[in-house]
Amino acid sequence: MAIEDDVLVIGGGLAGVTAALAAAEQSGRVRLVTYKQSTLRHASGLIDVLGYTPDGAGPLVDPFDALEALPEGHPYERVGVEAVREALAFFDEIAGNAYSGSHTDANALVPTHGGTVKPTARYPVSTAAGLASDPQETLLVGFETLPDFEAPLAAAHLEAAGAPFSARGVTLSFPGIARDDAKVTRYAHLLDHDESVATKAGEIGAREALAAAVEPHLENESRVGFPAILGDDRADEVRADLVAALGADVFEIPMGPPSLPGMRLEDLLYRALEDAGVRVTSGVPVIEYETHADDGDRIDHVVVDRNGTEIPYRADQYVLATGGLVGKGVRSERERVFEPIFNCHVSHATDRYDWFVEDVFGDQPYARFGLAPDRDLRPLGADGEPEFSNLRAAGAVLGGYDFAAEKSGAGVSLATGYVAGTRAGEEGER
Amino acid sequence: MADDTEVLVLGGGSTGCGIARDLAMRGLEVTLVERGNLTDGTTGRMHGLLHSGGRYAVSDQASATECIEENEILRDIAGHCVEMTGGLFVQRPEDSNDYFREKLEGCRECGIPARVLSGREARDVEPYLAKDVKRAIEVPDGAVDPFRLCVANAIDAENHGARVETHAEVVDLLRDGDDIYGVKVRHESGPGKHMHAAAAGTEEITADYVVNATGAWAGQIGAMADLEVEVRPSKGVMTIMNVRQVDTVINRCRPKGDADIVVPHETTAILGTTDEEVSDPDDYPEDGWEVDQMIDTLSELVPILEEARTIRSFWGVRPLYEPPGTGTQDPTDITRDFFLLDHDDRDGVTGMSSIVGGKFTTYRAMAEEISDHVCEKLGVSASCATADEPLPGSENIETLEAGMDDFGLRSPIARRSKQRLGSRASEVLETDAANPVICQCEGVTRAEICDAISQSGSDLNAVRIRTRASMGNCQGGFCCQTMANELHPEYDEETVRAALDELFQERWKGERHALWGEQLSQAMLNYALHATTMNRDRDPANAGESNSLEYAAFDGGRSTTEPRADGGR
Repeated sequence: MAIEDDVLVIGGGLAGVTAALAAAEQSGRVRLVTYKQSTLRHASGLIDVLGYTPDGAGPLVDPFDALEALPEGHPYERVGVEAVREALAFFDEIAGNAYSGSHTDANALVPTHGGTVKPTARYPVSTAAGLASDPQETLLVGFETLPDFEAPLAAAHLEAAGAPFSARGVTLSFPGIARDDAKVTRYAHLLDHDESVATKAGEIGAREALAAAVEPHLENESRVGFPAILGDDRADEVRADLVAALGADVFEIPMGPPSLPGMRLEDLLYRALEDAGVRVTSGVPVIEYETHADDGDRIDHVVVDRNGTEIPYRADQYVLATGGLVGKGVRSERERVFEPIFNCHVSHATDRYDWFVEDVFGDQPYARFGLAPDRDLRPLGADGEPEFSNLRAAGAVLGGYDFAAEKSGAGVSLATGYVAGTRAGEEGER
Repeated sequence: MADDTEVLVLGGGSTGCGIARDLAMRGLEVTLVERGNLTDGTTGRMHGLLHSGGRYAVSDQASATECIEENEILRDIAGHCVEMTGGLFVQRPEDSNDYFREKLEGCRECGIPARVLSGREARDVEPYLAKDVKRAIEVPDGAVDPFRLCVANAIDAENHGARVETHAEVVDLLRDGDDIYGVKVRHESGPGKHMHAAAAGTEEITADYVVNATGAWAGQIGAMADLEVEVRPSKGVMTIMNVRQVDTVINRCRPKGDADIVVPHETTAILGTTDEEVSDPDDYPEDGWEVDQMIDTLSELVPILEEARTIRSFWGVRPLYEPPGTGTQDPTDITRDFFLLDHDDRDGVTGMSSIVGGKFTTYRAMAEEISDHVCEKLGVSASCATADEPLPGSENIETLEAGMDDFGLRSPIARRSKQRLGSRASEVLETDAANPVICQCEGVTRAEICDAISQSGSDLNAVRIRTRASMGNCQGGFCCQTMANELHPEYDEETVRAALDELFQERWKGERHALWGEQLSQAMLNYALHATTMNRDRDPANAGESNSLEYAAFDGGRSTTEPRADGGR
C-alpha cells in the first residue's frame, strides 16, 4: 500500500524545505523526499533577493522597487511582490537570530572571498559585522593552508572596489592544523571543540591560540574578518570567544564549496522541518509517477527507489523543487534539455550552439533553462496549459531568470517555495 | 651595427622550441619570439599521441621509420613527458582483412614492433572495446604531454643562453633589398616574463639568420616580405573525456578516415580527429556536428564513449604543405613530411628559411635538420646533441620511483607531481612553507604553481600548460581563483584580476563545444560560484575610475540603522 500524505515535496534544498514548511502551516501531513545532498553546501549561505535587474542595472539599494518592473514570466513576476515580502518574513521567523538584515528593505553589501562586494538581503549573523556598507577599519586574516582566501589580495581588492574603509590583510599559519590540505570542516571542528593545540606558550585551546596568533597583527582596526571556518555547531560561541580575546568585532567571509555557512543554513532548515512535524525521507530518488486512473492530468502517486525496492508515495498535492542544472532537477543531453521526473516541458533552442554565448559572463541562455509556470506555479506544457492539476514547482527548477547574474537565487527559492507550499497546503488539506 | 642575435626563431611551438634548444646547445646565440604562449598554435592543440609509426606504416614508410626512431629517442630524453601506453590498431568486422595484413607487414618493414591479438586478447587489454572487435595489432604508441615537452625545450634553450619572448607578435620582417635581417615585434605587455597591465611596445630584433617556424602561420610571415609560402592549414577537432575509458591508444585499422583514434592522456582520454582544409588558421568554423560525429564514430570501437562525460573540445590546425604542382585535393592525402624552404635558393632572398609540414613526434629530427642547415649558412661546424642530452626534468628519471611519501604530500598527489616534474621534483617540492593542493582535479600543489609563475610571470595560461592546473573535470571553476591568488603579492591586485579573468574566459571557450550533460551542470556551477558567490561578473572594481558606488545607501547593519518594528515589511 502506498504511503499517503496531503503534500509531498520532492527536493531538499532551500525551495523544497520552504515549501514543506509553508505547506505544514496549512495542512496535516507533509512529507519531503530528497535524493542527494542539497546544493546548499555549494552556496554562500547568503539570502539574495535581487542585486541586479535582468538588464544588469545595480547593485540595487532597494530590491523591492525593481521587483515591480520584472518581465512577464520571471518567477518573481509570477508570484508577485507581496508574496516575496511574505516569504522573507517567513524565512526571518525560521532563521530567528541566525540571520540579519530584516531591519531594512535595503540590500547589504557583503565582502566576498574574492575580495569584491555583493548585494544581498539577508546574511548570516556571523557575517553581520563585516558589511562593506559599514565603514569600520578592517583587518582580514587568511591562512597559508587555505589557498582559497588570500587576505592581503582581498583587502587590496576591496579598496579597488571603492569600499569606504581601509582594509589590510595578513596571512598566518593556523594553530593546530598540521596537514597542508585539511578540510574546512577540520578547522571548524577544532574551534567547535576548542581542542588543545601546541603553541610556543604551551598547550592551549584552539580559540585562544587563534586569537593569540592574530592579536600582534591587530593595529587600529575595530573588526577582523576570517574565511568562513569559525565553527559549525557552536559558531556563535567561537565568535564570541574571539571577540572577547581580540577586543574587536569578528566576522566571516562567505567561501566557495564546501561552504560552512551553507551547511549551517541546511542544519537550521532541517531542524525547522523536524519542529514542524514534516516527515523527511532522504537518500532516495523519485524515479517515476502514475497519473490518476480517471484523470490523466492528476498525479496519483510517485515511485521512489529505496535500495532497489520501488515504493509508491501518494499525496494529494505535489511540489517539485529538485533544483536546476546544478542540482540535476534540469538535465541535458546532446540534443535536449529536460526535467527528468515528470518530463515537464523545458523550452530551449534545438541547436545546442545556441545554448551559450561567447563571453563567460554574458547573457547565457543555459542559465535560464527551466520550467515555465503559471501564477499558481503549476508548470506549463508547450501548449501553455498546466502539465498536471496537482503539481507545482519552486526554486531553481523554474526557468526564465538568471539567478547568478541577478543575485536572486535564494530569494526566488524562498518566494516560490513559500507560494507553492502554501497553495499546496491549502488544497491538500482534507 | 651589431646584430642583436645570431639566429632568430619565429614560433614557440614544438618545432621552434626544438630548433632554439638545438642551436643554443651548439653554442649559437638564439632568440625565439612567439605571438602568444608557448604551444599556442598547433602544438597545444594536438591529441597527445607519440606515434609508433604504425599509422604511416602503409601509406608513408619513410615517415613511419622516422617515427619509431624518434619515439625511442623521446622515451630516453623526455621520459617525464611520455607515458608508454602501447597502442592497438583495431579491426572491426566491416574493416578489410587485406589492409590489416598490409598494416602488419608495413610495421615489420619499418622496424616497428608489432604483434597480432585476437578479439578476445584485445578485450583483455582493453575491456571497453566493442564486443565484435575482430582482432588488433599491438604497437608501441604512447602518450606525450606536448606542453611539458615544448616548455622543457624552451627552458633548456634558456639554460644554454637563449632569449625566449612570448606574447611578442611579429608585425613586420625587416628586409633590406634581397636580404632579411630581422623582425619587428609588438610586445603585448613589455618584454621579459609576461606581465598583465605592463606597458606594451614594439622592438626591432636583428639577426644573422631568421628561421620561420610558425607552421600554419608561415604563409602570413612570408607575406610580410612578399614571399609566397603556400601552407595549407587543415583543421581537426579533438574532444576530451573526463576519465580514461582506455589505457592504451586505440586506432581504427582502416586506410583513412575521420574520428579514428582515442589517446589516454593523464587523467583523461582524447578523441580525434577530423581533417578539413581551411583558408585562415586563425578563423575557421568550429562546428558542433564534428564533435557529435567523432563521438558517434568512435563509439563503434569503444561503446561507452556514447554515454561518457566530455569536458571540452578544441580544434587545431595542421601546417600541411606539399611542393607546388602536386595538386592533392583531400588534405588526408597530403604528406606529413616536412619541408625546408630556403628562400635564398627558392626566391633569391637571403637570410631566412621557412619550415612547413611535419608532425609532432618527429619535431626533434626536424629541428636537427634545420639546425644543420642554419649552421651551414652561418659557417658554424658544431654538431647536434639533442638526441643524447635529456631535457630538464628527465635527467635521472629513475629517482622518480623512489619513495611515495616524500615532500609530505599524499601519495597520489606526490606521484602525479613527481611525474610532471620528473627529476626537478626535489628542487620544486622541497619547501618549508605550507604546500596545499591548489587544483584538486589534477592534484597540483602550490609549490608547482609558484615554480611555474617564476618561469612565466602573471600569465596563468602559461602556468596552466606547465602544471595542468585547471585542466580537469571542473575546468578551472574551483581553482582559477586560487591559482590567481598565488600571483599575489608579487603582482598587484589589478594584475591578478586581469590574469584571473583571462584564464577563466579561456577555460570557458573550450568547454562550450561539449556543453551538455554533466559538463553543462558543471558550467552552471562554475558560473554560479564566480557570479553568485563572488560577484565577479558585476565586480565594482572593474568599473575603474568611474566607480561611484554609494556604499552609505546600503544596509550598514543594525549598529547604524535603528531596527524597524515591522521587521522590514
